[in-house]
Amino acid sequence: MNFRGLLYLGARYLTRHKARTLILVSAFTLVWLLPSLIAMVVGQVENRIRARAGETPFLLGKSGSALELVFNGLYFTKPEIQVLPFREVEAVQADDLATAIPIYSRFTAGKNRIVGTSIDYFSFRGLEIVSGRQLLRLGDCVVGAKTAEENGIVVGDAVISSPETLFDLGGVYPLKMKVVGVLARSGTPDDSAIFVDVKTCWIIEGLGHGHDGADQLDPDKLLKSDGETGVIRVNAAVEEYNEITETNAANFHFHGDTGDHPVTAAVLIPHGVKEQALLKGAMAADKSLQMVSPSEEMDELFETVFSVQQIVLWILFAVGVATVLIGVLVFLLSNRLRKDEFRQLKMLGADVSTMRALVVYEAVFVILVSLLLSGALLFLFSLVTPGIVRSVLAG
Amino acid sequence: MITCQNLKFAYPGERFALEIDDLCIKGGAKVALVGASGCGKTTLFNLISGILIPESGSLDVFGETPGSLSASARQQFRIRTIGMVPQNFELLDYLTIRENIELPFRITSVLSGDASVRKRCEELAERSGISDQLSKFPHELSQGERQRAAICRALIASPALILADEPTGNLDPANQEKLVSLLLEEADRLGSTLFMITHEPELIPRFDRCIDLLQLRREARV
Repeated sequence: MNFRGLLYLGARYLTRHKARTLILVSAFTLVWLLPSLIAMVVGQVENRIRARAGETPFLLGKSGSALELVFNGLYFTKPEIQVLPFREVEAVQADDLATAIPIYSRFTAGKNRIVGTSIDYFSFRGLEIVSGRQLLRLGDCVVGAKTAEENGIVVGDAVISSPETLFDLGGVYPLKMKVVGVLARSGTPDDSAIFVDVKTCWIIEGLGHGHDGADQLDPDKLLKSDGETGVIRVNAAVEEYNEITETNAANFHFHGDTGDHPVTAAVLIPHGVKEQALLKGAMAADKSLQMVSPSEEMDELFETVFSVQQIVLWILFAVGVATVLIGVLVFLLSNRLRKDEFRQLKMLGADVSTMRALVVYEAVFVILVSLLLSGALLFLFSLVTPGIVRSVLAG
Repeated sequence: MITCQNLKFAYPGERFALEIDDLCIKGGAKVALVGASGCGKTTLFNLISGILIPESGSLDVFGETPGSLSASARQQFRIRTIGMVPQNFELLDYLTIRENIELPFRITSVLSGDASVRKRCEELAERSGISDQLSKFPHELSQGERQRAAICRALIASPALILADEPTGNLDPANQEKLVSLLLEEADRLGSTLFMITHEPELIPRFDRCIDLLQLRREARV
């Protein structure tokens, strides 16, 4: 057997029958690549999701679905979850058991979520402002990097909240908010959010508002002024502000107790192990609330995801086996078609082992090339998928 | 020289049997082999080349007895001694004409290929009138050109014996004439023995001798 000649013949056969070789190499490449790629992407998604969950010790929310609370608190989705009164957040803070950061994630501006919170949130998440300043006043907003990039927003621009229902005059009405800062990219859902003070969210909801002071009112707009009770009734011509500016900021106010106003969740960061235990005990006693550990919730979620992934991998394995069998069939059939070629080689002096080696060489070549190709593709994917996963998870 | 005495061969389970009492072909002779289809011409070629083993009798080919050799020795003997020209221009479709001609040197380690193989290929192609076709693939050539390429392949290792199995069968008379001329000239040049199966009576006078296999088998039966 002439080994060099054998390699040469095999290579010539494969390159001359490009379409057949290409189809076989592509099919085998997909067989090797897909399971590895799925496992890699799922792993990266899992790592990123777990990382954000792991950085969040506890979430406080109204009793209900723990997973929905986690998604609202971490990803600002599930805006329809039940709200808890702000009083509960203040109570945790007052007990000095934990730092409590309110999250009110219900409203949007276009496709971006408006997240009402406090400035503690930024230091807690390690979010950096690349241009502008921090939230200072009602109506200020700080936008995530992706929000700024996709909407072409810079400091000094304005963002208008989206009305929830067009014809509900008493409901959420658009509020024009001033962009005072833009965040650095973090590869998290914070990139796609618009952060405001939680009180700004309450103004969007209509729980607080601003209008001209009674002493500044045109007497024609004044219906009744009771000097004893201080109740002033005005007619509908009194203008309510839809923007908070330096000049009208002092005229914004909240009716009722702000402790009754809603938040969807609160991030709780216990001051220590003992405080954590006390906090858990207190929350367990209050059946109207729930305090969940995002990590534990994600563990449960990923158990399900892992089961689904296993099923997908088994399906891919079955498809892979079928592809390999079809590949073997292609080789066997093409060897039958090559009967004349082998007879010719035999006539010229090639022995049976040479012809077998030729077929094996071609099969090994296809398998090796597909393995190398799938390895190279997997390497390339490993370079780009973290960015894609980050971008997808950032919303 | 090829000699055979009381040679007998039968395919297992078939009624056909080839029996030859006495046959002698001198070295360097140009011999035409004729006979009706199915009388055993190709079988005789396969016995001479060691592809088939005789049941009985003796067959001596250039000092070797192919039937008594081991499989690998038979293969080496075939590669070194015999150049075969098939009927149906059997060239590998994925190799160029040059690669097809040089193929015997690629598939076996019995022949050692070097730069002289390339030169010899070009000389053969030049004499065969296909020197401008060397970089083409078989499907780009006419039938006559393909058969000339097959002859070049059979001659590349300078064999002592050329077995041509009806190489003109699919060619027009003009191409048949050219092809036989090429085979005879090259056999002369190499001093090789040419043994060629043919059904064309007008080609027979070009050979030193004509053997009718049917006649030979009848003689064996008497």
